[in-house]
Amino acid sequence: MIQIVELTKIFDKGTINEKVAVANVNLTFAAGEFVTIIGGNGAGKSTLLNCLAGNYAVDKGIIRLDGKDITNLPEYKRARWIGRVFQDPSLGTAYDMTIEENLAIAYHKNKSRGLQPGIRKKERQFFREKLAMLGLGLENRLKDKVGLLSGGQRQALTLLMATIVTPRLLLLDEHTAALDPVTAKKVLQLTRKLAENKEICTLMITHNMQEALDIGTRTIMMHNGRVILDISGEEREKMTVEKLMSQFERKSGSSLANDRMLLL
Amino acid sequence: MTYLAILGAVELGLIYAVMALGVFISFRTLNTPDLTVDGSFVLGAAVAAVICSGGGNPFAALLAAFAFGSLAGAVTSLLHTKLGIQPLLSGILVMLALYSVNLRVMGGAPNIHLMNSPSIFNLWQAGLFAGNAKLITAILVILIVFLFLYLFLQTRLGFALRATGDNEIMVRAAGINSNATKLIGLALSNGLVAASGAMIAQYQSYADVGMGMGMVVMGLASVIIGEVVFGVKPLLRRLLAVVLGSVLYRLIIAFAFSLGMPATDLKLVSAVIVAVALSSGALKSAVLKQKQ
Repeated sequence: MIQIVELTKIFDKGTINEKVAVANVNLTFAAGEFVTIIGGNGAGKSTLLNCLAGNYAVDKGIIRLDGKDITNLPEYKRARWIGRVFQDPSLGTAYDMTIEENLAIAYHKNKSRGLQPGIRKKERQFFREKLAMLGLGLENRLKDKVGLLSGGQRQALTLLMATIVTPRLLLLDEHTAALDPVTAKKVLQLTRKLAENKEICTLMITHNMQEALDIGTRTIMMHNGRVILDISGEEREKMTVEKLMSQFERKSGSSLANDRMLLL
Repeated sequence: MTYLAILGAVELGLIYAVMALGVFISFRTLNTPDLTVDGSFVLGAAVAAVICSGGGNPFAALLAAFAFGSLAGAVTSLLHTKLGIQPLLSGILVMLALYSVNLRVMGGAPNIHLMNSPSIFNLWQAGLFAGNAKLITAILVILIVFLFLYLFLQTRLGFALRATGDNEIMVRAAGINSNATKLIGLALSNGLVAASGAMIAQYQSYADVGMGMGMVVMGLASVIIGEVVFGVKPLLRRLLAVVLGSVLYRLIIAFAFSLGMPATDLKLVSAVIVAVALSSGALKSAVLKQKQ
C-alpha cells in the first residue's frame, strides 16, 4: 500500500552542515500493518515520517500510496489519506477553538470547505458518540476550548481527529513522549484500539524498546538514516530488548548506552 | 461633552467598527500583523470618492471599495505566501505602493470633495428618522457587516480561517491549504477596511490621500479596548466587543477633544492608548512583583 523507493533526504545540502537524514531507504507497508520505529537521536525516524506526510520535500526517491505517486504532492493534498499525531500535544489542535469545532475541521477533511454550516446537528451527535469512546468525559465538553484540555486529553482528541475520517496511513511521532506515564499508557491503549482498523497502516515512532516490541505487527530500527533492522512475525515474537540491543550494536557499530532510547 | 459631540463619536465609532472588524480578522483570527490597512482604507475612500463624485450609486461605491480593498489584501498575502516575504514587510510594501495607487485613483489630486454627491448618509432627508439619518445608516451597515461576519466565521470555510491563525500545522494536516485561507482572510480583512474608508469618505464628504495614516493602530486600539472592557468569548461577544470597542475609542477621543486636546495630537494619543493596552500584561506583573 505504501511504497518507499530509494528515499533520500539531505538537510543543508552543499554546506558544511550537510546532513543525510534519510539515506536511500526502501520500505513497503501493507494495509493493516502496525509498524513501530525505533532508533537513536538523529536516526532519521521523524524525517522519514515528515517526508511521508509531505512536510519535507525529498531529495531523491519515490513515495507511492496505493500505487499513486505522491512524492511531490503538497502536504495538504495528501492529508486526505494521512492522519498525524505529533509529539507536542499543542500541535494537533487549534487551542482557541472548541472541541467540536476541532473535530469538525478534521471531519471535513475530504469535503469541500465552502459556506456550509461549520457543524451540523447530526455531526454534533456523531462527535459526541466518538468522544464517548475515549472514556475521558469529553463528550460533555463539546463547547469547551481545546486550550483548557490537558496534554493527554489533547493527544486523545488529536488521535480521534486523525482517524475520524479513516486514513490509509496513520503517522504517530512519539505521540506519548510528552505525557506522564499513566496518561501515556491510556493514550497508547487508545492508539491500539483506533489502529485496529484493517484499512489503516500505522507507523509509530517510539523511544521505548519494550513498547516497540509489545505493540504492533512489525518493528523497524533506524540508524544514520538507514533501516538496519526490519522484523515481523515469528522473528519479532522471539525478540527481546537485550537481543535488540546486541543487534543494534553489531549492525551500527556503536552503543546505545548514551542515547535517549529507553531500555525498559 | 455636548450631545452632538457624543452623537458624532457614536456615528464615527460605528463606521470605523467595520475597519476594526477587518483588523480583528488579520490580527486576531489570522494572527498576522497586517499593515496594508493604512493603504487599503484610503483606497476604499478614493474609489468611493471617484464613484460618488461622478454621480454613481453610493452603495455600489461601498461594494467597489470592498472589491479593491480585497485585491490589496490578496497582494499582501501573495507576497508573503508565494514570494516568502515576511507578513509585516509584505503589508508595509503594499501600503507604500498603495499611496501612489491611491493618488492615481484620485486622478492625481491629493483630495476629492463630495459636497453635493450622493451618499449613503443622505438618502432619506425627510421622513420619520430624518434627524438621525446618519446614525441609522451607520447602525444598519454595521448590523449587516456584523451578521455576515458572524455567520461566515461559523461556516466550514470560517472554521478553516480561524484554525489557520491558531495552528497552521494542524490546519495543513487536516487537508486545508493554509496559503489559500490566509489569502481569503487578508482579502476579507482589507475589503472591510476599504469599505469603512468608503463610508468615511461619504460621511465626511471628502477623501484625502493622507487619511489612512495610523489606521491600523486605531483599529487595533478598538479591538484591544473591546477585549479589555467586554471580554473575548464566545465568538458573538468577541465580535460585539470589537464594535463596542470602536465606539468607546471614538468617545474617548471626543472626550479628549472636549477637554481641549488639539486635533493634531490625535495620533499621539492613539499610539499611547495602544501602547498602554498592549503593555498591561507586563505592567501588571511588575506591580505584582513590587507588592511581594
